[in-house]
Amino acid sequence: MAVFNLSVNGKKQQVDVDPATPMLWVLRDHLNLVGTKFGCGIAQCGACTIHLDGTAIRSCQMPVSAVADKAITTIEGLSEEGDHPVQKAWLEHDVPQCGYCQAGQIMTASALLASNPNPSDDEIEAAMNGNICRCGTYLRIKAAVKTAAANA
Amino acid sequence: MTLIAKKIDRRSFMKVSALAGGGMMLSFSWLAGCKPTTQAEVMELPKEWFELNSYIKIGDNGVVTLMSPNPEFGSNVKTSMPMILADELGVDWKNVIVEQADFYPERFDRQFTGGSQGIRQGWKPLRTAGATAREMLIKAAAQTWSVPAEEITAGAGTLEHKASGKKAGYGEMASLAATLEVPEEVKLKDIKDFNLIGVSQKNVDGKKIVTGKPLFAMDHYPANALVAMVVHPPAFGMKVKSLDESSAKGMPGIKDVFVFEPVKEDYDRNFFDVNSFSNLVAIVGTSTWEVMQAKKAIKVEWEITADSSFSMAGFGGNKMTVKVPGGVESTEGHKAAMEAMAKGKVNLLRKDGDPEGAFKKAAKVLERTYTAPYLAHNCMEPMNCFADVRADGATLYGPIQAPELIRNTISARLGLDKEKIQINLARMGGGFGQRAYGHHMVEAAVISQKVGAPVKLQYNREDDMTYGIYRPTYSATYRAGLDENNNLIAFHVNGGGVPESPVHANRFPAGAVDNYLAEGWSVESNITIGAFRAPRSNFIAGAEQSFIDELAELAGKDPIDFRLELLERAKTNPVGERNDYEADRYAGVLKLVREKSKWDEPKSGVNRGVSAYFCHNSYVAEVIDVVIENNAPVFKNVYAAVDCGIVVNPDAAANMGEGAIVDGIGNALFGEMDFVDGVPQKNNFHQYRMIRQKEAPRHVEVHFVKNDIDPTGLGEPLFPPTFAAVANAMHKATGKRFYNQPFMKEMDVSRSRI
Ligand code: FES
Ligand code: FES
Repeated sequence: MAVFNLSVNGKKQQVDVDPATPMLWVLRDHLNLVGTKFGCGIAQCGACTIHLDGTAIRSCQMPVSAVADKAITTIEGLSEEGDHPVQKAWLEHDVPQCGYCQAGQIMTASALLASNPNPSDDEIEAAMNGNICRCGTYLRIKAAVKTAAANA
Repeated sequence: MTLIAKKIDRRSFMKVSALAGGGMMLSFSWLAGCKPTTQAEVMELPKEWFELNSYIKIGDNGVVTLMSPNPEFGSNVKTSMPMILADELGVDWKNVIVEQADFYPERFDRQFTGGSQGIRQGWKPLRTAGATAREMLIKAAAQTWSVPAEEITAGAGTLEHKASGKKAGYGEMASLAATLEVPEEVKLKDIKDFNLIGVSQKNVDGKKIVTGKPLFAMDHYPANALVAMVVHPPAFGMKVKSLDESSAKGMPGIKDVFVFEPVKEDYDRNFFDVNSFSNLVAIVGTSTWEVMQAKKAIKVEWEITADSSFSMAGFGGNKMTVKVPGGVESTEGHKAAMEAMAKGKVNLLRKDGDPEGAFKKAAKVLERTYTAPYLAHNCMEPMNCFADVRADGATLYGPIQAPELIRNTISARLGLDKEKIQINLARMGGGFGQRAYGHHMVEAAVISQKVGAPVKLQYNREDDMTYGIYRPTYSATYRAGLDENNNLIAFHVNGGGVPESPVHANRFPAGAVDNYLAEGWSVESNITIGAFRAPRSNFIAGAEQSFIDELAELAGKDPIDFRLELLERAKTNPVGERNDYEADRYAGVLKLVREKSKWDEPKSGVNRGVSAYFCHNSYVAEVIDVVIENNAPVFKNVYAAVDCGIVVNPDAAANMGEGAIVDGIGNALFGEMDFVDGVPQKNNFHQYRMIRQKEAPRHVEVHFVKNDIDPTGLGEPLFPPTFAAVANAMHKATGKRFYNQPFMKEMDVSRSRI
């Protein structure tokens, strides 16, 4: 066990956990931030995507000890009112079916648009390819990314 | 207007009003995560609620709460079912709050999600509940204003008596209405008067989903709950021999480690009680990560199982004995067994005319065999369940499609009356049939009872993928005879699988051909299977519709014309009595897809395949366009035509259809689970290939036939025909027929990047 000081969604947080604990479980088990989802645990599905200093990463593969003072953003902290352009576009296209993968999809998409405000179809496909949606909402995801790009 | 008998059980009303009299003591929103949905944030909540029936509460300010009875696994029932209530009740959707009902059989009928039956079977009860409440509000207004009820109109949350100019909101009449007699008969709206049904409404949980609010069972974190995981045998046909407790007990955060039996040996199982393993190891600790570490370190010795059998109730309730062979099985062995069975003694399922005589006379005969492997459901949310078992009762919260049956199982296993078992319904991160089976809830309950504390049972992905309850592996051989004029004169299907046959003997083309033979067989196995989006149809549709395509080619006919010809025969002069489809509706979707895909205007460079199927009471035809780019198939366009009667929530219905098509393409190309010595050969997404964004079709259109027929289901019917539309399109693109799933294995891999 060790104490870690983290910056999560703009707030200072302290946890006392095994240093190898992935951020996914620190968020879910210890910080009550359950929007970040567990899907595979091996960086293959994207359900656990969060931002680390603005870059999309798979939190299931990020030990808390490697985070240091980098800023963590989760789906709960993407916007104050749920009105990030990506979230709004997701609602406009009524993307979710079961909804389980969508936080991860949104975190990947918002990081993509932050670094590339006008991605091509190929760039969207490449960026979103790591996020599985078992319900098959891929077409709406792509359409929503484009809408978000247009409205950002 | 339709007059229909009151469907809502009077007793349930009595019970409800008795409870309501003492204040609403029933907590529907047991979890913070299930509190009123988004609209509530913009609406003022009323000071008081009045309950008109199990489904409907009206606030003094006119805000309406509608209970959504069925568990939601992504098929939109939580939005679409309340829309039916709201339309009959006559309220503005923006004044509606939807709440997920917990499992509560005294108040709600049929809280089951699966078989594409939610909307179909909910249609009449929900309309009746809405109309009943509307009528009670009208009666309350009639009493208050002393005018005849027949002169009062109700709609958009307002009651009005035109002659006297009196007007009131539902909220003003709700308190009186709630005390009135429940009418025995109610008038339902005319279909032409629907103003919400048929108008797209957004997912009621959309805002919560995109902001990461707790909605799923896994998101439920009561302060005192322990975390539990199970370790199951590494292979089917194995069980725990001994556990070395010391290998995990002293590890950080670990509270307990033990072996348990999820089912007692003498228990008579129900249809959804599928347990892949007779015993399991439980690890209980304080945090998920710590328990995961112990799961890696734990030492268990396994042994091979012996033959066994148990008694089980079928879907209809009839008892049967299920035999489970002991020992370990492999895919190679399954293949050999299926080949032998197909050639051996098979069960006659249907015979019309003289098939063998007709085959002898045929000018051309085509025979083809189709196969498909086991599939894992791979819902995005790994199995999990919260259970709090106390001496006086139990509370469970987990992803479950069929709460009613699993409550009986839990009751029997815990030795607690079923009335003492509360099951709260979580939003599910996918279902696809997997979550009709509640073994995870039983396991959570047994563990909670043993440790005497609330537990969160968590499967990891590997557990979820290797636990079983798979889509079975199948094989089907088709044979058809054409006469010298290329008319179909004989048809034969011989199909089976491990452990069930996929053949639906009375489906198309039964009824369309004079000489018809359907046969089935099955092979016993200890690898557990279960419902998977459109059970059996998900294989047999692909086989049949690929075969029909090749047959049309042999006959030198356009594949749509060929199907329409057969359907015309089935309509005008059907063979046999028991044909499970309406030929007209079947033909209707083919004609619609022909129009929407511009089938009759072929474009160069576009390779298209067609397929049509009827299952789960709905008709679907699909056309898929594929091109080969960089040696990989790219699905450019998909056109689907669907006849599911009235469409309640069109955009959500289209979403469901798009998803089923994507799912169909993914499983047709990649889906596969094999076994060696009982061991599943894939355990996570690095091995089990799922369709991803790059492989998704570029454009999908879902078109609905417009009619006034009562709605049928949508979750499944678009899935089965996709397999053949893919195979038939890829044949056009590559010149090769695809007989064995997954198709990517049949592609020339060296030339393929996919
Ligand atoms: S849970 Fe992290 S990528 Fe799947
Ligand atoms: S919406 Fe269900 S997994 Fe994506």
